[in-house]
Amino acid sequence: MKIQTLFKFLFLSLALICMIACNSKSNSNPGDETNNSSTNLTEVSSSNKGQAFMEGGSDEVNALKLAINSPDHTTLVKAVQAAGVENALVNVGPLTVFAPTNAAFDKIDKATLEDLLKPENKSKLANILVHHVAPSNYPTKTLEKNIEKKRKLYMADGQYLEVTKKGEDLYVGGTKIIASVSVSNGWVHIINDVLLP
Amino acid sequence: MKTIQKLLLSLSAGLLLVGCGNNSNQSNGNSGAMASSNAEKVYVAPGEHDEYYAFMSGGYSGNVTVYGLPSGRMFKEIPVFSQFPTNGYGYSEETKAMLNTSFGFVPWGDAHHPDISQTNGELDGRWIFINENNTPRIARISLETFETDEIIEIPNSAGNHASSFVTENTEYIVAGTRFAVPNPQKDMPIDEMKGEFKGPLSFISIDQDTGHMNLEFQLNMPGFNYDLAHPGRDKSHGWFFFTSYNTEEAHSMQEVNASQNDKDFIAAVNWKKLEEYVKNGGGKKVAGTYAHNIYDESTQTATTEMKEGVISVDPRNVEGAVYYMPVPKSPHGCDVDPSGEYIIGNGKLSTQLSVYSFTKIQEAIKNKDFDGDAYGIPILKFESVLEGVVDSGGLGPLHTEFDGKGYGYTTFFISSEVVKWKVGTWEVVDRKPSFYSVGHLMIPGGNSRNPFGKYMISLNKITKDRYLPTGPELEHSAQLYDISGDKMELLSDFPTHGEPHYAAGIPAEMLKSKSKKYYELEENNHKYAAKSEDATRVERNGSEVHVYATTVRSHFAPDNIEGIKVGDKVYFHITNLEQDFDVPHGFSIIGANTSEILIMPGQTKTITWEPKREGVWPFYCTDFCSALHQEMQGYVRVSAKNSNTKLRWSLDDEWRE
Repeated sequence: MKIQTLFKFLFLSLALICMIACNSKSNSNPGDETNNSSTNLTEVSSSNKGQAFMEGGSDEVNALKLAINSPDHTTLVKAVQAAGVENALVNVGPLTVFAPTNAAFDKIDKATLEDLLKPENKSKLANILVHHVAPSNYPTKTLEKNIEKKRKLYMADGQYLEVTKKGEDLYVGGTKIIASVSVSNGWVHIINDVLLP
Repeated sequence: MKTIQKLLLSLSAGLLLVGCGNNSNQSNGNSGAMASSNAEKVYVAPGEHDEYYAFMSGGYSGNVTVYGLPSGRMFKEIPVFSQFPTNGYGYSEETKAMLNTSFGFVPWGDAHHPDISQTNGELDGRWIFINENNTPRIARISLETFETDEIIEIPNSAGNHASSFVTENTEYIVAGTRFAVPNPQKDMPIDEMKGEFKGPLSFISIDQDTGHMNLEFQLNMPGFNYDLAHPGRDKSHGWFFFTSYNTEEAHSMQEVNASQNDKDFIAAVNWKKLEEYVKNGGGKKVAGTYAHNIYDESTQTATTEMKEGVISVDPRNVEGAVYYMPVPKSPHGCDVDPSGEYIIGNGKLSTQLSVYSFTKIQEAIKNKDFDGDAYGIPILKFESVLEGVVDSGGLGPLHTEFDGKGYGYTTFFISSEVVKWKVGTWEVVDRKPSFYSVGHLMIPGGNSRNPFGKYMISLNKITKDRYLPTGPELEHSAQLYDISGDKMELLSDFPTHGEPHYAAGIPAEMLKSKSKKYYELEENNHKYAAKSEDATRVERNGSEVHVYATTVRSHFAPDNIEGIKVGDKVYFHITNLEQDFDVPHGFSIIGANTSEILIMPGQTKTITWEPKREGVWPFYCTDFCSALHQEMQGYVRVSAKNSNTKLRWSLDDEWRE
């Protein structure tokens, strides 16, 4: 009897968990079509969601949420999802993300962009995206200090970017920073070009 | 009843089908416990034992916790570098000395990397060692008693992080220096550190009979940050490998300034050469005060010996003993595969792992294939010693362990995943998200010639919503993976106590036979033991009073004491007369300012009590020991400072004096 009760309880709980998990999955990730790769970073099964899908953890949004909430970054978000690098943008960091706007992506040849978004080019796309991420905290003040101290900016793909200043404007890898936003896991600087490694 | 049950079951099944229908395109079928027998795999039935024991570092708790695998049940917290309320470690008179240092009594430490002793490169289950990072120390814990038996301080070091890794016959334990400091310490401007600070690497020898540690020598390395280490094994036995970062020698804002150099170093150290050099009178004795604390199981008492001076070896003076190998981007973990051929540098800001070949290292040394030097230490040419690169596309590799079946497993902090790769071809064969920014990982025996490649646990740094998200302070989460198949399979997760920086695991069978169940009363040589009720007494020496008391189910002897005065310092030495497994007694008395104690069968423990008010004050047993535990109590009569109340004591009204 005891075992039977236990089984019943287990089945019910699992069913509930599954329902809840599946529901929230479809809410938080509509149109996510990246689930079919066995080496996908963002794969979510009913029992192992993680910090990428956490709500309300901070007054500030994380770098990924900021991009998701921004109407000017829909292409970037699409690219991040296609490349499966969400987890790299939501962890505790600190991270500095140079976030190209839709207009920046529009400067890329349309065919090239569509090609990059194809599943077979996932790692190529991921590489381009992590070239926009520095695994450190770089608020504007630190970027300016980098110029002064001749410090390089180390990007997560292993390459370096140079920070320069023209007049009052800061440039990274030759493209102008048009706005800077503090996020819960670092800084997001919005840029007008896609940085190609 | 049965019908209801059936109905519920079919309803549940229906819900599952509906609820998860959209998951059916998942290729690996990893859609939770329902799709597999995961629950069964971690279930340990009542009365059964776990297959493996995992010893997890408690990080900022300063202690070690013991878990069962695969169940994830926590069995015990072993106090090491911190006072521990549960049994009075670090509070009781017998154990206070364990926390003595050259800086005085340090009640709370920061524990890091546990490692189990080895013989011939395999786990032998004798001892487990763990380092303290803040006030540099190494502790030795007995795997017979799960108690801390010895702590040695490391002088001239700071941030003892590259520690406490064990060579394959437990010849040496190492201790690194993560925060370069002046050596010897001196008052000097911080921004003049470059070239002035040092990063000594300490080699502590182990007596194979007693386990006692001895600080043999310190290798006075350039002032980089020595972060992690692992010993060579099998063919590379005799060498030790230490990662370093901040070769920039930055003294401020390291988060930016310490990632300017393209490459930092792994220091490859031939400790056998150094050992011989020192044995032949090499090195010079330099200043360095350190505490050496030993717990004697016979007297059940810890004592501190303050030691002075250590042999310091200049790496440039021992030819062929120390080399640097370049590693991209601020390496963290430094791991050696079971064959001893491959040394893995995990560049934590890189996307790749750098794999070095021991054979190539030897070749490069022979051919003097150097790329300059750093402070006189030859740098081996990167291309000459690099065997391969694991290019997984993950971000932030930290640590690697091996399964003994030809695969390495590496954690990636930034991309939150564990990546499995093939030793030799360096190709990635599997990866699993860990979701919570994984730090260390552990495979039982993973730091040996013979790992037990059945389970792997990832020790995550973040918990967030894993349990009820009530914060702000959360326990970290560990995740258990089945690694017996081609693909890793996440089985379960469970909270860990403190912050588990690394862990060490061993088959439970190796511990079971030698577990100590109680202490033999006959072998109790504690200075204040009362080995029978006849031997119980109270002695006054000025204002110091020693109570020689016993406990046995279900009374104290004596249980009435008179003639104690305000202002006295009373030592309660309690001997537990029980000679049966798992019958501890506790002792506590109202107004005690030091501790409560828990006394194991056959053991004597002491607390002090300084009564401040006249009256009759109760004491009692704090551990529910027996059916009449609630009756296990007594009284102490406290009189005025200048009263002439006679000192006397009794059990069952048989007064003695």
